[in-house]
Amino acid sequence: MKIHEYQSKELFKKYNIPIPEGGVAFSSDEAVTVAEKLGGYPVVLKAQIHAGGRGKGGGVKLAKSAEETKNVAQEIIGMNLVTHQTGAEGRLVKKILVEQGLNIEKELYLSIISDRVSAKIVVMASEAGGMDIEEVAAKTPQKIIKVFINPLLGIQAYHCRRVAFGLNLSPQLMKPFVAMLKNLYQLFVEYDCSLVEINPLVLTAEETVIALDAKINFDDNALFRHKDLLEYRDLDEENPLEIEASKFNLNYINLDGNVGNMVNGAGLAMATMDLIKLAGAEPANFLDVGGGASAEMVENGFRIILGDENVKAILINIFGGILRCDVLAEGVIKAAQKTGIKVPVVVRMEGTNVEEGRNILSKSGLNLITATDLKDAAKKVAKLVGE
Amino acid sequence: MSIFVDKETKVVVQGITGREGQFHTRHCIAYGTQVVAGVTPGKDGQKMDDVPVFNTVHDAVDATGANCSLIFVPPAFAADAIMEAADTGLDLVVVITEGIPVLDMMKVKNYLNDKHTRMIGPNCPGIIAPGQTKIGIMPGPIHKAGGPIGVVSRSGTLTYEVVHQLTLQGIGQTTCVGIGGDPICGTNFIDCLEAFEKDLETKGVVIVGEIGGTAEEEASEFITANMTIPVVGFISGLTAPPGRRMGHAGAIISGGSGTAQAKIEAMKTHGVHVCEDLGTLGEMCAQVFI
Repeated sequence: MKIHEYQSKELFKKYNIPIPEGGVAFSSDEAVTVAEKLGGYPVVLKAQIHAGGRGKGGGVKLAKSAEETKNVAQEIIGMNLVTHQTGAEGRLVKKILVEQGLNIEKELYLSIISDRVSAKIVVMASEAGGMDIEEVAAKTPQKIIKVFINPLLGIQAYHCRRVAFGLNLSPQLMKPFVAMLKNLYQLFVEYDCSLVEINPLVLTAEETVIALDAKINFDDNALFRHKDLLEYRDLDEENPLEIEASKFNLNYINLDGNVGNMVNGAGLAMATMDLIKLAGAEPANFLDVGGGASAEMVENGFRIILGDENVKAILINIFGGILRCDVLAEGVIKAAQKTGIKVPVVVRMEGTNVEEGRNILSKSGLNLITATDLKDAAKKVAKLVGE
Repeated sequence: MSIFVDKETKVVVQGITGREGQFHTRHCIAYGTQVVAGVTPGKDGQKMDDVPVFNTVHDAVDATGANCSLIFVPPAFAADAIMEAADTGLDLVVVITEGIPVLDMMKVKNYLNDKHTRMIGPNCPGIIAPGQTKIGIMPGPIHKAGGPIGVVSRSGTLTYEVVHQLTLQGIGQTTCVGIGGDPICGTNFIDCLEAFEKDLETKGVVIVGEIGGTAEEEASEFITANMTIPVVGFISGLTAPPGRRMGHAGAIISGGSGTAQAKIEAMKTHGVHVCEDLGTLGEMCAQVFI
């Protein structure tokens, strides 16, 4: 799960990680109210969307007076912000973060991630802050400090020293930096984060260290033990069909093509999307109904696929294991009767009770196109949308 | 021969009295697996069908001599169950549970470092040695006993598809291992490839990967350096968009790494026979292996 910068900063505050003074605003008037409380201009206005690259896209701006704050806020709120992470369609900005301007001396990079290869928690830091860290990693990997921490042991003083000395911090900044790093690690493990990133972490003229930006991603698998995070979920940032699917525990991702598809199992679902593409068509979605799908889940899956008006045909690919083909066939028939499927449907199934399943479908009187195998299925569905 | 398990493997099922635990235990027993015990804390002395249930893995192992655990415990309690099994000194722990927090699995993985226990999974279909034993949730009848091919995969139903196509071509399997779709897993591709290479009956391997991480790239390098038997590879997720988790927690393209293209290229460079059309995988295997 992703959250906004201003929400990440609320958590930073809870863990005593220094952040600039500021507050969130949903209108230009609110922005001025927040700015007036900050004790002086300039202030910084930052668009709050779940994507990086906001500055380059024109979503982060400076204002030197109350009047300018109002004008800039008006400009940003309601804009369609396009960055390299939003895709060409961009994202509608509904709120901004208004913060005090700082006397920045130096910009650093700091993040904590979980590393799948080593099964360790990794602290990454660099003096090349404020830039795209992936670019820094690709071009000048020596500029990135990486410290691997065994999660059974936790962060130790020597880990912190390696990062702090590596960043060439002045003696005055050592202590506050180490305290901040330890708190950041605590936040990471206590909230089951998959990423905590501060880019830039700034050193100010007043010899303080402050998190100018804040990005946190959480491990979806661990959300069950962090109920307090649920209020941070922002439905404006999600696709409406994906929100609907999540209500039924369906794993659905909306895509650009016109062939809807329903598959059991994530790997087979991805492979089915690839097959559709290989046959010359484009998948409209990823949908994994899971191993133990019920007739109700199949029915809701259908409804959600058809909620995408680009869908011109549907391919059902089920490899019956635990989910028996006869159960699936009954689910398909119920869904067809209830939702009234107006596009052609190609069904390919294999595995447990496949003969019973095929019988049920052929006797149903529904206009379903059966496929003998995967190749046949992809070819048939591509032909349907190609016509 | 099979790898990691055979008909002598004695299984204790953790979470045996739950809905899934019961259902799959029955299917494993019907396939011929020696399920000797179950564990559900607080249900010691009960029976699941004919299988005795114990409070702890220690008790179950003491009473029955089990050497392998099959875990159906819910995500919140799964890490604890795995560590309990490893602490008992079991040779193998097969973790079916999907949705275990990453941080829990990182702790488990580090905990297992100085134990001799092998973990398969989590979030996997398990392991089957066709005709001998089935320790997992895969449908038994699609498999064909007698070898000579090994299968290793990050996926569930996609593995069934692959196995089904092999069987239709008359190609049997020595062992099929589902290593799981999570970012942190116990047994990896290389562990399985190494075991298949050593196994005298396995004459070739099918490796089924997907987007996310670099396990397929590392496996490819291992194949060039260490494998004498032919390997066929398939990667799913060519059409997956970056930054989106495709069902499996581990299946995500992030920061430009983990793409299907990169994995396919790595496999080709290292002499793997890459199948780019899943519809023809069985035919391709027949050409490569027979």
